Order: sequence, then structure tokens, then C-alpha cells
Amino acid sequence: MKEKLQQISDEALQSIETANESSLEQIKIKYLGKKGELTAVLRGMGALSPEERPKIGQLANEVREKIESAIAKKVQQTKSKALELKLKAEKIDVTMPGTALPAGHIHPLTSVQRELENIFIGMGFEVVEGPEVELDYYNFQALNIPENHPARDTQDTFYITDKILLRSQTSPVQVRTMEHRKPPIRIISPGRVYRSDALDSTHSPLFHQLEGLVVDKGITMGDLKGTLETFAKKMFGEDTRIRFRPHHFPFTEPSAEVDASCFVCGGKGCRLCKGEGWIEILGAGMVHPFVLSNCGIDPEEYSGFAFGLGIERITMISRGIDDIRLFYENDQRFLDQF
Amino acid sequence: MNLSRNWLQDFVDVKDIDNHSYCDRLTATGSKVEGFEVLGNDIENVVVAKVTAMERHPDSDHLWICRLDAGDRGHDIQIVTGAQNVFVGALVPAALPVAKLPGNVVIKAGKLRGVESAGMLCSMGELKLTAHDMPGKEENGILILDEDCANKLGADIRDVLMLKDTVVEFEITSNRPDCLSVIGLARETAVSFDRPFNVPEPKVTGAKDGDKIDNYLNVSIDAPNLCYRYAARVVKNVKIQPSPLWMRMRLRAAGVRPINNIVDITNYVMLEYGQPMHAFDYTCLDGSQIRVRRAKDGEAFRSLDDIDHTLDSSMLVIADEKKACALAGVMGGANSEIKENTATVVFESACFNGASVRVTAKKNGMRTESSSRFEKGLDPENCLPGLQRACELVELLGAGEVVDGIIDVYPEAKPLTVLPFTPDRYNQFLGTKIPNEHMIATLTALGCKIEKNQIIVPSWRADLGCMNDIAEEVVRIWGYNKIESSRMNAETTLGGRSDRMNYEIELERQLTGLDLSQIHTFSFISPKYYDKIRLPAESPLRRSVKISNPLGEDTSVMRTTALPSMMEVLARNNNFNNENIRLFEIATVYLPHESADELPDEKKVVTLGLYGNADFYTAKGVCEAILERAGIEAEFTAETENPSYHPGRTAKIIAEDGAILGIVGQADPRMAANYGFTQPVLIAELSFDELFRHINPRKSYHPLPKYPATTRDFSFVCDEEVEVGAIEGIMKRAGGKLVEAVSLFDIYRGEQVGGGKKSVSFRIVFRAADRTLTVEEIDKLCKKILSDLKFKMNLTLRS
Repeated sequence: MKEKLQQISDEALQSIETANESSLEQIKIKYLGKKGELTAVLRGMGALSPEERPKIGQLANEVREKIESAIAKKVQQTKSKALELKLKAEKIDVTMPGTALPAGHIHPLTSVQRELENIFIGMGFEVVEGPEVELDYYNFQALNIPENHPARDTQDTFYITDKILLRSQTSPVQVRTMEHRKPPIRIISPGRVYRSDALDSTHSPLFHQLEGLVVDKGITMGDLKGTLETFAKKMFGEDTRIRFRPHHFPFTEPSAEVDASCFVCGGKGCRLCKGEGWIEILGAGMVHPFVLSNCGIDPEEYSGFAFGLGIERITMISRGIDDIRLFYENDQRFLDQF
Repeated sequence: MNLSRNWLQDFVDVKDIDNHSYCDRLTATGSKVEGFEVLGNDIENVVVAKVTAMERHPDSDHLWICRLDAGDRGHDIQIVTGAQNVFVGALVPAALPVAKLPGNVVIKAGKLRGVESAGMLCSMGELKLTAHDMPGKEENGILILDEDCANKLGADIRDVLMLKDTVVEFEITSNRPDCLSVIGLARETAVSFDRPFNVPEPKVTGAKDGDKIDNYLNVSIDAPNLCYRYAARVVKNVKIQPSPLWMRMRLRAAGVRPINNIVDITNYVMLEYGQPMHAFDYTCLDGSQIRVRRAKDGEAFRSLDDIDHTLDSSMLVIADEKKACALAGVMGGANSEIKENTATVVFESACFNGASVRVTAKKNGMRTESSSRFEKGLDPENCLPGLQRACELVELLGAGEVVDGIIDVYPEAKPLTVLPFTPDRYNQFLGTKIPNEHMIATLTALGCKIEKNQIIVPSWRADLGCMNDIAEEVVRIWGYNKIESSRMNAETTLGGRSDRMNYEIELERQLTGLDLSQIHTFSFISPKYYDKIRLPAESPLRRSVKISNPLGEDTSVMRTTALPSMMEVLARNNNFNNENIRLFEIATVYLPHESADELPDEKKVVTLGLYGNADFYTAKGVCEAILERAGIEAEFTAETENPSYHPGRTAKIIAEDGAILGIVGQADPRMAANYGFTQPVLIAELSFDELFRHINPRKSYHPLPKYPATTRDFSFVCDEEVEVGAIEGIMKRAGGKLVEAVSLFDIYRGEQVGGGKKSVSFRIVFRAADRTLTVEEIDKLCKKILSDLKFKMNLTLRS
């Protein structure tokens, strides 16, 4: 009987080894089923002596377990093999393009304007807007540029009437703000400005400016420098340095033109900075006391600074655009790049 | 302003400072340098030589073989020349190998028709000189040098002709007219490099023959508000001739053409002192008098460049008894010009009102060196030094005899500006710690006097009028870049954007998310564009803000609608063969008021423009998405009257309160054709301001449904004209609050429904918030809906 069990075990294991998914079920029935070979052996156990019975019983159970686990293992094996084959068959070309979920593009001037605004908002500045068709008073006179002042030459202006013009700078917004607000004032005014320059690759009769104004007690020129330095680092990278050159604007005193170290070469000199290592980025200065008192702010008590930059210029520098006309042509192939 | 460094040396010694350091420092202290040019650098190995012998070239009928003595460079040099004005004994510039001439010309030894030539004799043109620079010299032949060069054989021609100089080009800002002069820049140079600065006082001997200026001239100022000072001197026995080489070369370096000694002196003084001068031929002044008066309206005047002008009473003229002889501060008249035979000269050194000169120059279209200085406001105290310097030069050049006496009409001398000297305040304002001594030294060197804590500002610095001005003077010399950056020590402010700006950003993000790209277009357009979009002739939108001095018609009016701008951009993309275009702009339009003195209303509109893979429902879908995001309930109703839009494919968007939010539709094909389109173009114009006004940003929460919904589908056959929106409206109204949603899910046109008809299918979702609706309830509702449709629209269910 012992031999019989051993033989069943060997035969079963051998046939499991070579079985496939459907024959496994038959093997199970053949050996373990109600009329199976192992069951038949167990049925014949009544003929054994009481001493032999438990021994053979234990052996028979061992053989059963052996066969059962061998079948389970084989089932597991064939299943994972089938899955493997299935996955293999499901292979796709992942280099094929994704399903198009098209999105449009923000105009680069807007992106840069928002970027600039966000930098200054982070420093506590409020964004303020004002009219583009503006009174001469706000665009010039209140800014210390009386009629027939030579500074009017440098910004050839579009006029509507003698008293109304297209603003040539966003500074009128500063004046309007100071007129109806008391310090502390910390504003930026982005927007369209107009100058009668014919359109070419570097000039446009319409462009965008962003000007800033701070008025409070004890504002210093060092604060102006600190603010612009923070701005330049955020805009052009942490390693950026800035440099002030004395200049003249009628509405600020002292005034400066401000250069940033070239963010391409870091100041060594390259094509972008024309070998200078520096790029002019904006004009700035301490608000002229005439402008403050014009707006009803006592220059003995308060001081402030102002700065202004061209958004087209910053966009052209930072995006490597060499022709200002591209901004207003709105060729989709241009817009798609941003 | 072009500054000759040779000239600069007269007043401050900075010879040891190289050009780059010089330019960098002057820029850093506030006199912006545009660049510099080293003159004479393009000439090498050209020396003075004397022709010792000449013979004809054996094989040529025009070449000469010259033997030259060039001192140390060789006593017997053979050079072949083709020029015919050379003679034995002539002193000439000889280019000796290897020589360099302007225009990158290199001269090497060679043979001319077989004869050795060890160089080349030079003409003035070959040295880049003109007949103005070298008056009286042969322009086409070899430059024959003056006899006084006889002892300079072998000397560098650049030294002999004073061609070596450096010209520094400054961009002088409008507040510093004092720096439009050699002396002004010399003062800046001296302060910048901490060097001594000295301007010798001009000394005039005078004729001392008993003759007085009063014998010649009488000056009166009729318009003292336009002429602050008028000074004059007379020079008699004038010999008009070229000015000396040194003067010509300095003028040349400054970019001024030499003319003759008297004219050159006026230009020289203008450049040196910054004081524009004028010289009249005395014999041309009728009545021996000068009247500074306003021009008469319509008065004729011919300027010395022979251009006729018609003057008006806003302009100031220098007149004699009868006629205008000069346009004050701008240009002299042809009638009193200095000529070859001028024997007596009146020098004018005056100070005119800047604004008046500016207007006069502008009106007559003649901006001159003189007017561009005057218009910035000059120092009346500079008149006499300038006048004296001119007379000193007359005597130095032997150009004539200066008649004793000066006429100086100076109605009202301006008092000097006095400001408090407050060094602590400057430092506090600048955020610096500049020592007092440094401030005092700087201000003193700039010409200020500091006495008892007061600053007496020099007359030439009209730009210094307040604390900020003094602080700038101090810090620009100290160094802008020595100011340390600081963080504002001030009250905290709440920065940020307004809700309106935030909504604009929201829209930008949403529209780009919907595959539209943003554009920016010009705010000014051509009035013809209104025709192009088929705006009716009587449309109020045709009244736009007009630019009085536009660049051209295309940019001459401020747009009242942004539709033409969008169409232009769509058309351009179409021309570029860009396919499937979807664009938007958040544009400003400018709507004028009745009165021209009022500023126009500036409104923002959102324009959409699509062509290619899009139809009406694409554009409408974009509008619906905008409304949905903004939480705005609105209705789309057919619009047939807008001539820019297709009469059958356009909808007005109306808010619940009746406000018109915008319009969306297909462009009228005739309008689209004006932009070269044959395919459909979809456009929309939404009022940004109305959208923003209706926005419902904080939507409140509705509890999620607890009870199941029931759906029922209905199909109707109706006439093509029936609007789906109307059916939907009736369904919603009839169903009341138990109708959760109505949606169109199919439209069918075809034989089965017949021509001119369509079959429309809707799904209605029924739900109650507090219970599960029974079949009976729903059936009742459906019945009511169907009877309303039958009653109001005569619609019956499709069988």
C-alpha cells in the first residue's frame, strides 16, 4: 500500500509538471476526485492492521497535500504566464503623440507684465490703472514739464486737443493717485503709452510701460536701490547686480538710469549686452518735491521714489525677441512660442 | 556735444587719463558719454617733405618723378606723382612706406610704369581734409604746405596739421545747458577727477584811439520778457580771412565747419563758453541801431541760408531801424551777413527767453546750434565773458580793431539762488554717510559758494533750486554706486490687484485654456476701418477721438470698437496660411463725450476671433464657458440687425436683468470678404465691464441630491425656424422646480421628417429634493409640458 501511494504521488507530480490549464483539472479529478486514485487507496484502508492504518493515513494525507500544492503552484504559474503574454500583446507605441488637448497662449507682453506685477505685489505694491487719453496737465505740467520745456521734445506726443493727449508715460497715474490718497503710497501702474515714433524694429508708436511710486516718511535713495535690486534679482536671476548712472528726468531728482548685469554673460560681455556687460533696464529717481507739492503732499514731511520701465524692452531682452513689431502682428506662429 | 580733448586741456589738465577711464568717469558723474573717436589714428608715416628736384617720367606725359628731402626720414627719396601742382621747393605731405591713410589705405613702395616710387604725395582729400579745413589750398592737387613747415622736414603730418585729437561725444541732458560748452565740461572734468580748473579772464586791449561804440550803435530792448540781456561790441578795420589752423582744427573736431575768422570766432566762443554769438555787418544796419522787438505778423525774413520765412508776433527779432536782421537766438539774416568785404562788425552776445526761442525755431523749422542752447535757458551772466572772449580772439587773430566801449542792456539782473546747506538732510535723504568736507569740496568745485550754512548757487546752474538738487550734486560726484541698498523702513502696505484686474487675469487663463491665444493690437485705427466692418453711416461708434498729429491715416483715430483690430489680425494670419486660428483680445475702446474738453470713456471689451475648425456653436460655446465660470445667467437671442454679423447666425447675449453682455456670431460674409476671407469667420464682442458687473464669484452650495432622478425623452417635429431655446424655455417653465435639467440631445433633418422641418429630441431630468417622485407625478408633469408646447408652439410628439 505504501508503494502504491508512492507510485500515485510520483505519477501525479510528473503529469502536473507537463500539464496545461485544461489538463490540470483532469489531473485533479483523476487523483483527488471522489472516484480518484488516491480516494480509492484511502477506501481500501479498512483492510489494514490497526497499527498500519494511522501510518498509511498520514502518508496518504501527505501525498494529497503534495499533489494539491503542486496543482496550485502550477495553476499560479500558467496564470501569470498567460498574463505576461497578454501584456506583451497589448504593447503600444508610446512615442506616438498624445491625444490633442489644445491650449492657447498668453501674449508674451502679458506674461511679462504679470511677472513684473507679481514681483512688486510681493513687495507690497498695489496695481493701479488710469486713462490713456489724458490731460496735458497730468502727463506734463504736474510732472514739472511746463509748456515749451525742452524735455517735451524727447517724448514726441500725440495730441487730441491743446489740453488732451495720448499719455506718453504712465506717470499721470502716479499724480492722480497722489491727488486723492495720503501716504503711505506704494503703487505700480502698468499700461499703454504713446509716442509719435514711426514703427520700425526698435520703435513703436504704442508700447507698454510699468511705473512704480513710493511715497512715505523717510524714504531714501538707498531704498530705491534696494527695491530695484530685489526686482532685478527676481526678474533676471539671483546673481544679478545693478548699477546706477546719473541722469535727468524732470519729475525726479536725483535721477538715474539703471543697468542690470547681463544675465546671459554675467557681466563678461556678450552679444546681448553688446560687450558692455550691462543692460539698461529702467529709469528711476527720487520724486521731485515740485511733483509732491503739486499733489498736495508736503515734501518737507514726505519723500519718495519712482521708476519706470518699458515692458516691450524687458520682454525683448528676456525672450530674445529682436523686432518690436512681432508683438503687434500677432502671427500665430509667434504666439505659439510662448 | 562733441568735446575736443586738446581744447579741454586749456582749462584742466587730464592728459594722463586714458580715453576709456575718462569716458567712464564722466558718465558715472552724470555727463553721459556716447562714445569717443581718436582723430588722426587713421594716418601713419605721413611726413613733411620738400621737393628738391623734379623730372618727367620717361614713359608718361603726366607723371612726375620727384626727389624729396624728408629730414631724418631720408634726404633723397624718390616718389612718382601724377599731380601737376607740385614744384621744386614745395613742402608736401609724403606718405612713406609702410604708410596708412584714412579709409584703410596702405601705401607701400612700388614702381609706377617702371620707375621706383618710395611712397606717395598726398592731397587734402587723401588726409580726409576739406577745402573748409584748408582754405586757400588746392583741392585737387597735392596739398602744398605753408612755408613755416620748412624747418619741420620729416615731422609727422598729424603734428604739423594738428590732426591728433580725441573727440568725446556727450549726451547732455536738457537741464544742463552749461555743459554744452568746453568750459562747462572742463568744470565737470575737474570735479570728477579732483583736478584744478581755471578759466582765464578774457583780456581786450581795445583800439584806444578815442573812438567809442556810442559813435556806432544804439541798442534797445522792446520786449524785455523775451530778451533778458543784450550786449554788443563793435570791431572796425576788419580783415576777413581764414582763421588760423589751430582754431580751424578745434572747430573741425567739434563738428563745426570753418568759414572765416569772424564767423569762426562766434562759433568758437559758442563752443567754448556755451554762449551763442552773432556777428552783423555793421554797414547793413540801417539807422545805426539795434532794436530787440517782436516780429510783426506777416513780416518777411530771409535767413542767411537763403530761406524765406514769414514771421509772427510770437517771435523775437533783432532789427534795425527798418528791418529784421536776425531771428533772435536762431539764425542771422541774409541782409546783414558777414561777407568777404565786411569792414565793420557788430558782435552780439545776448540772452533770450528759452521757450520763445524754442517756439520760434520750431515754427520756422530751423533748429540750430544756437537755438538748441537758448531753448534750455542760458545764463545772462555769461553774455559779457563770451563777448569779451570774442574780442580777445579778434585781437589775437589780428582780425580787426576792437572799438572801445561795450553796450550792455540788462534790464533786470536775476539774483543768485541761495539754498540752505543741510548736510545731514542730504545724507538722510540719500541713505549715505558722505562727510561734510566732501560735500563742501564738491559744491565749491562746481562753483557754489558756501557761507554760513548757505549755498550761493552760481548763475549758470539754474537747475539747482531745492534740497534734492544739491543732494544729487553731492552724490553724483561721491558715486551713485556707493549708495547702499536698503529695505524700506516704512508702514506696511497691502499690495495687490483690484477684483477687476483679477477678473481680467481669470479671463486670460480661461480663454487660453479653451485653446484661444491672446493678441495685442494698436488702440488707434484708420477711420476707414469702420467701413470695412460695415458700420452703418449713422452709427454713433463712428464718432471717435481723433489724433491731431497722427503718424498716418492708419493710426489716426482711437478705436470705438475692437472688431476691426481683431479682423486685421485674423486676416494677417490667413495671409500667412495659418490654419485653425482662435484668438482673443481684452482691448480698450475709447468712447468720446459730447464735449471735446472731456476725456473719453475707456471701456474694455473681450473680442473673440476664430476661423478654420470652428462654427457658430464653437464661438457660442466659448461665450457660454465664460458665463458659466463667472456664474452669470444669460440668454442668447437671435440678432439680425448688426451689419458686421451674419443676419441668421448671430446671437445677442442678454443678462437676467436685461443688460446686453455682448454679441456672438458668424461674420457677415461681405464683411469677412473685406478682409480677404472666403471661409466662415466667427467673432464675438463681449463687454468686459458688463461681465465684471454681473459676475457672481461666490456661488452658494446646494445640497447634493438624496433622492433619485427620473429622465424622460421627447422628440418633436417642427418647422426649421423654430428656436430650440424657445422649446427649452417652455419646458422649464411648465415643469417648474421639479425639472432639474433640460438638454437637447439630437437634431435630425431628412426625408422622414420632410423638407423645411427638423426633428428635435430633448431629455428632461425630474427630481425632487425631499422625496422620490412617483410615476404618477412625473406623468402629470409631462402632460402639462406637452400641453403647453401644443398650446404655445403647436408642437406635438413625433409619432
